[in-house]
Amino acid sequence: MTNMKPAALILQAHGTNRDFDVAEALTLTGAEPVFAPLNELRAGKKNFSDYQMLVVPGGFSYADALGAGKLLALDLNSYFADQINLFVQAGKPVVGICNGFQALVKSGILPGNGESSSAVTLTFNGQGHFECRWVDLAPLSQTCLWTKALAENITCPIAHGEGNFQAVSHSLLNVLSQNDQIALAYIRPDGSPASGEYPANPNGSLLDIAGICNPAGNVLGLMPHPENHIHAWQHPRHTRGEQGNSGLALFKNGVNYAKSL
Amino acid sequence: MPVYRFLVKFNQPDPRSASYAADAKALGFQDITALACQDIYFIEGQLSQHECEQLALKLLSDPVTQVAFWKIIPSDTDATAPASIFVEVSLRPGVTDPVAQEIVRAAHVLGFDGVQRAATGQRFLIDGLALSRVEKLARQLLANPVIQHWTIGEIAPSFPEEVQASGEVEIIQLRTLTSEQLLDVSKDRRAALDLAEMQAIQSYYRKIDRDPTDVEFETIAQTWSEHCVHKTFKARVEVESNGQTSVVDSIIKTYLKAATDKINAPWVVSAFVDNAGIIEFDDEFEISFKVETHNHPSAIEPFGGANTGVGGVIRDVLGVSAKPIAATDILCFGPQEMNPDSLPEGVLHPRRIQSGVIAGVQDYGNKIGIPTVNGAILYDEGYTANPLVFCGCVGIAPKGKHHKNPQAGDRVVVLGGRTGRDGLRGATFSSMTMDAQTGEVSGASVQIGDPITEKGLIDVITRARDAGLYSDITDCGAGGLSSAVGEMASNIGAEIELHHVRLKYPGLAPWEIWLSEAQERMVLAVPPAHLPALQALCDTYNTELTDIGRFTGDGKLVVRYDGKTVLELENEFLHEGIPQRQLKAVISHSVPSISLSPIADDQLPGRLLQLLSSPNIASKAATIRIYDHEIQGGTVVKPLTGVNADAPSDAAVLKPIGTKGRKGIVLSNGINPGYGKQDAYKMAWAVVDEAIRNAVAVGADPTRIAILDNFCWGDPKRPETMGTLVEATRGCHDAALYYRTPYISGKDSLNNEYLGADGQRHAIPPTLLISAIGIIDDVSKAITMDLKQPGNMVYLVGSEQLPAILGQSVPGLPETAPKVYRALHQAITRGLVRSCHDLCEGGLAVAAAEMCIGGRLGMEISAAGSPAACFAETNGCLLAEIDPAAEADFLTLFRGLPLAKIGVVTAEPVLKISGEQIPVADLVKAFTGQN
Repeated sequence: MTNMKPAALILQAHGTNRDFDVAEALTLTGAEPVFAPLNELRAGKKNFSDYQMLVVPGGFSYADALGAGKLLALDLNSYFADQINLFVQAGKPVVGICNGFQALVKSGILPGNGESSSAVTLTFNGQGHFECRWVDLAPLSQTCLWTKALAENITCPIAHGEGNFQAVSHSLLNVLSQNDQIALAYIRPDGSPASGEYPANPNGSLLDIAGICNPAGNVLGLMPHPENHIHAWQHPRHTRGEQGNSGLALFKNGVNYAKSL
Repeated sequence: MPVYRFLVKFNQPDPRSASYAADAKALGFQDITALACQDIYFIEGQLSQHECEQLALKLLSDPVTQVAFWKIIPSDTDATAPASIFVEVSLRPGVTDPVAQEIVRAAHVLGFDGVQRAATGQRFLIDGLALSRVEKLARQLLANPVIQHWTIGEIAPSFPEEVQASGEVEIIQLRTLTSEQLLDVSKDRRAALDLAEMQAIQSYYRKIDRDPTDVEFETIAQTWSEHCVHKTFKARVEVESNGQTSVVDSIIKTYLKAATDKINAPWVVSAFVDNAGIIEFDDEFEISFKVETHNHPSAIEPFGGANTGVGGVIRDVLGVSAKPIAATDILCFGPQEMNPDSLPEGVLHPRRIQSGVIAGVQDYGNKIGIPTVNGAILYDEGYTANPLVFCGCVGIAPKGKHHKNPQAGDRVVVLGGRTGRDGLRGATFSSMTMDAQTGEVSGASVQIGDPITEKGLIDVITRARDAGLYSDITDCGAGGLSSAVGEMASNIGAEIELHHVRLKYPGLAPWEIWLSEAQERMVLAVPPAHLPALQALCDTYNTELTDIGRFTGDGKLVVRYDGKTVLELENEFLHEGIPQRQLKAVISHSVPSISLSPIADDQLPGRLLQLLSSPNIASKAATIRIYDHEIQGGTVVKPLTGVNADAPSDAAVLKPIGTKGRKGIVLSNGINPGYGKQDAYKMAWAVVDEAIRNAVAVGADPTRIAILDNFCWGDPKRPETMGTLVEATRGCHDAALYYRTPYISGKDSLNNEYLGADGQRHAIPPTLLISAIGIIDDVSKAITMDLKQPGNMVYLVGSEQLPAILGQSVPGLPETAPKVYRALHQAITRGLVRSCHDLCEGGLAVAAAEMCIGGRLGMEISAAGSPAACFAETNGCLLAEIDPAAEADFLTLFRGLPLAKIGVVTAEPVLKISGEQIPVADLVKAFTGQN
């Protein structure tokens, strides 16, 4: 089992558009990406249980109508609630990136503390518009199998208009910190905390939160795009000798964990 | 059927309201004290109290940040009645409203089957303005009558009327009409056909001894429109120059296609014939490039105009069976600070046009998932009434997979969006001078795009291509089905049943269905045996497939509605019957010169900072950052570069996902309306050079660059205007041969003139955009323009002394330019160049300043030059940063070529030029507006 390539289900919703990007990251880190259009899953042509990993990629599912990720979340809850629940309970690695994160949050799969599906949200960026820029991230959670024991900070782009993490109550934020569910935080290039300051914190998220995980640590959701920093020449300063491919490590973590299952 | 009205408001300050408030203040509504924007949803259907709660909570609001209220209407009680004056805005019936469609779909997913229809709108609560000012604000900012209506107070929901499909066909009595009457028909139907063309139609129908149906007449008007056949570029032109008269038989044949033919580059796969130009990439793939304009629609509805402009050019690339991998956008606007009261009647404020256009580009490109990687924004008073919106798209496809040979028996299949009244007569509309009424009369010509539906088309078509499921493909653009099907059937013939076309709403007359320019539609020729496989793909990717007829093989185009023939035309007449236009051109030889005011030495810093902060040069980061330029993971050289990613790149470099090796694509552009006003011929040379120079600066191989031409001009019926067009195309021809750089595609947008209520013509400056697509053999060798290392030498490449040319008129081109670019490319390929930046607007001083900003390093320019010379504009020149260790090899490559060592990179962040010292921090502040 350990030597076999884990099969990663890449969910394609109506408007998913970073599916190929994440597929390449998974291929490079030793997984077998399989694209699964939502309609094929609904028709039973593909089943979640046949896969070792689940990826909900970035994009504009349903054009962000009524709020980013909202209508994809409705699909997840209406058609696949049981299958996804089983997948999560089995401890298999699940990651939602950007629009995928928004869908996991709005469906209540994250943070997954048994709260109602409206305990946290990703709302409009504080600066008022979509933004594409490279950011620096500190992998914090040691509970999250995706960020656990990552040696280096991650440099990668964001590209979103609704990535501003907000919660109904501070008590809930405390719960997230106490449970080590804050997986990734925005930091300054020098590694110090962004402390809510733009552009290091590009969207106004509380506690500089860029990504969170469920209490068990196998489900990660994040706004930034590590799948867009997996080649040396993608780095914005590669002509100045800076490199890193620092997005790869996170996927390696997920794939290696899936192999160990 | 009851209608429920839901109102959703933020329970905390929201950015959208803030930006509306900021825009209002910018438009002169300083006295506004508060502006809040809220969402309105109208839902028609039988709903229980519980269902309303669930809809509000689960669908229409974000419970963490918003609160929702609802009531049944009409109702006298209003829990939500606010103290402030409020304006409500909603879309006109028939305008694409994807959110409304999703509400109905989602409600049914939730099991609320009582929901019938939905509509959306906004409420704006306004404090601090008198009622009359609120009405003015609504007209100037909150609503656009072209697609929306608005009221003070509560607005009533508007759903498309349920009317029965008419099927009505009108016979136009043409054969008996006089010349004046013929022109009246052309005018009444906004056909934009001249007398010779109307007479050609008349004599055709006299010959076949009947009168045309409205379907036939509209089809001919579209097929013969400037937009579709480019009759000006194909016209016979009598050119008068210095009292001499000569004749040019089609400027496109004589100058543009001729250049490509003479150069005859082996790596050009397809030029001018298909929806997009195609060149070789590597052994496996070919790449395609097309640039379109969407100027007139953007002038009257900026968001929708630009939005559908992007969608349209993406379909051009799909039309050559390619996967879209990059977008470009070059935008021209009027001055942003213009006094709103000085605008001609019916003209939107340049600030509103700019924000709408940029939002439209962002919305389509980001949502469909194509990186916007290259572009430009220019400002000139000439663009106030006629903004220019150039949208480009690059595609990639496996070699030999694109077919264009429909067979008799193949089905005519429409994929994608449904058909409505959208964009009726868009092709002829874009071929006419606008007037104050254009907004109202041509309202139907403007549409809102639906990028997610078009994403479905990409998913289906790229897979159908690989499976070989179709024998021909083209996009539905101007002219809708009439031009798409007409084009595909032009040799083989086809018969169509309009009754099968899926409609957004009933009630369309046959000619409206046939001519509609509804977005997100492609037409394919599909062998019957492949239909099931294609249908399966469409089901998987939520794309509608409609079989509307068959290709016949009898060379005739026959269109029926419910079995009744409404159009029967011989292809030969439809496509060859248009008489060649006869035009006159006068070439003026009075070359106005730029008066360069002499600059005293001590004025240099002030002048430089002023240039860096001037609208045309200042950073465009605010726009670039709202476009996703990273998606698809291929962006090697990004639009913004340097230590803090705030310096402007010369060009974009892409490494397409899925390609092997290290090969990449280079994208750049050249445009200079300032030169266009002075000397169209020299302007063409200058912008061709600028596009190539920018591509070479990042590492493109100068022998593997192809270019596209986009002409935006005034009314060609005026001989002076036609004269500048002839000169520009002649310049394009000569410059292309000079560099051996072929054109692979082009487009023209004419009549960019506005007849103001004052009776005056407002024309744009003659504007030529050259877009370049090049190849770089190894993306890891790409160069950026930011200074890298103190102690490195700075060379002026392409000229021996500083300045190369003092700007007395439009600069010419150094004879050595092609050799210089080849030498520079060798140097880059050998890794001898650390940074490189081209000299354009603002000359050497601005180029040096931008390199300092990029590297946050200083530069000491030793070579003496007068302050004026530091700003002199040149062609064919760049700055290159060279490591002293590489200097010898670099000089060897440039033996016998113009080159000058002018300075050195310094650790001290100060630009020292012509005896002046300017801190880089000041340069950054001037350029970015930030510390």
